[in-house]
Amino acid sequence: MYKLIKDTLISQVVTLWGVFMKLFTKADTVQYPDEQPYMFPRWRGRIILSRDPDGEERCVACNLCAVACPVDCIALQKAEKEDGRWYPEFFRINFSRCIMCGFCEEACPTNAIQLTPDFEMAEYIRQDMVWEKEDLLIDGTGKYHDYNFYRVAGMQIKNKDKGEALNEAPPVDVRSLLP
Amino acid sequence: MALEIGSGLTIGLILGVVIVVAAMLIWVERRLLSFWQERLGPNRVGPFGLLQVVADMIKIFTKEDWVPPFADRLSFVIAPAIIMIVILLSFAVIPFAPNIGVVDSNIGVLFVLAMASLGAYSVMLGGLSSDNKYALLGSLRAAAQMVSYEVFMGISLLGVVALSGSFNLRTIVEAQEGMWFVIPQFVGFVIFLIAGVAESHRLPFDIPEAEQEICAGYHTEYSGMKFGMFFVGEYLGLVLVSSLITVLFFGGWMGPAFLPPIIWFAAKAGVFIAFFILLRAAIPRPRYDQLMSYGWLFLLPLSLLNLLITGVVILST
Repeated sequence: MYKLIKDTLISQVVTLWGVFMKLFTKADTVQYPDEQPYMFPRWRGRIILSRDPDGEERCVACNLCAVACPVDCIALQKAEKEDGRWYPEFFRINFSRCIMCGFCEEACPTNAIQLTPDFEMAEYIRQDMVWEKEDLLIDGTGKYHDYNFYRVAGMQIKNKDKGEALNEAPPVDVRSLLP
Repeated sequence: MALEIGSGLTIGLILGVVIVVAAMLIWVERRLLSFWQERLGPNRVGPFGLLQVVADMIKIFTKEDWVPPFADRLSFVIAPAIIMIVILLSFAVIPFAPNIGVVDSNIGVLFVLAMASLGAYSVMLGGLSSDNKYALLGSLRAAAQMVSYEVFMGISLLGVVALSGSFNLRTIVEAQEGMWFVIPQFVGFVIFLIAGVAESHRLPFDIPEAEQEICAGYHTEYSGMKFGMFFVGEYLGLVLVSSLITVLFFGGWMGPAFLPPIIWFAAKAGVFIAFFILLRAAIPRPRYDQLMSYGWLFLLPLSLLNLLITGVVILST
């Protein structure tokens, strides 16, 4: 009998009191449009294309991001400059499909594609959610300030032969007998 | 026309105020619930979100009022009307203040109990006529719950009736001049509170409409203003139970003279409305069989015991 009363009445009264006292605690709500939440720097939000420190596009149109994308929202076309560098002729992200998973950023070998803390991307017209290269491209380097793919990669382009990149030795001449 | 019992002005005022209060409770409940859950609740529409009710009303009035083709049309349509009618009729006998009320009935307590019993038809018909499994389950539960809690809701009131010697709610209020009945009838008060929650199927006992188990229970198929009538009917029931507790156990309009009686009544009823919302915020829903066995095996004997002891005390003094 005592246990029944304890379980049915006393514990309920204790619960009621505990919940009632919540009236005097501060609400957790962030009143969003009036009050901006703190966005963490590594938040996966709006996708940008960055430039290297020289101001050139970092993207080399390798298509790895488009392959990694689980919802197939990235479309691009490779083109080549006279000096042998690759670049995307067009680069299109359909943000109405994008799920902000960040796989494209992980797949990118040149740190070109990056996700930013911006998340306010709502549009009234669905077509406005499709962003072209000129919309995506920013002037800065994004999160990686000193990285320049063509300076560190062994890729041969005009004015830079194999082995001339940073931290790189000239290629071994396999026809030479010298050690 | 003066503000006296049964005048047209009084009746109109009571009807209007009760319905407006029931509608405003939508906002009050959402706001209070969110405070108790460390949120803010609706605070965008108008000052403190007060116009949220207007927005809700516009939405619910402009919704399509759809009757499912497989439903039994007549009972489907009258079911939501029944709950509104019986609860509004119950307000007729509530004494709000010495000069405010609709009728001064000799059988006020019985009338309220009778109307509460009729309310069971609303949920039963609503669930049955919907021809929907969830609605049927909900109305089954509602019928059993309301019928069984009806029993000791009545018995718990008999102590009050015995103490005041009258079924007239006004006489009961006047009999509490010296002491509120909550003190001699504390057990009766607790039982009536629990039964009142079950009668108005508010959250700890909202088993007939348990969202997590059976969609919306008996009003699964309802939409538009028909659903709105069930919704407002639930809040009207909440106001009714709070008013009844105030009248029967907390001295109705009685209070120190610096405030008018109607304010005292409203304040006491408001505390109980807030308490019912707190119940919703704090207490989880019991299982269906737990509810039934708790009612029949614990509350019914307890209320009978309470009545017995009350009778013995009255006879021996």
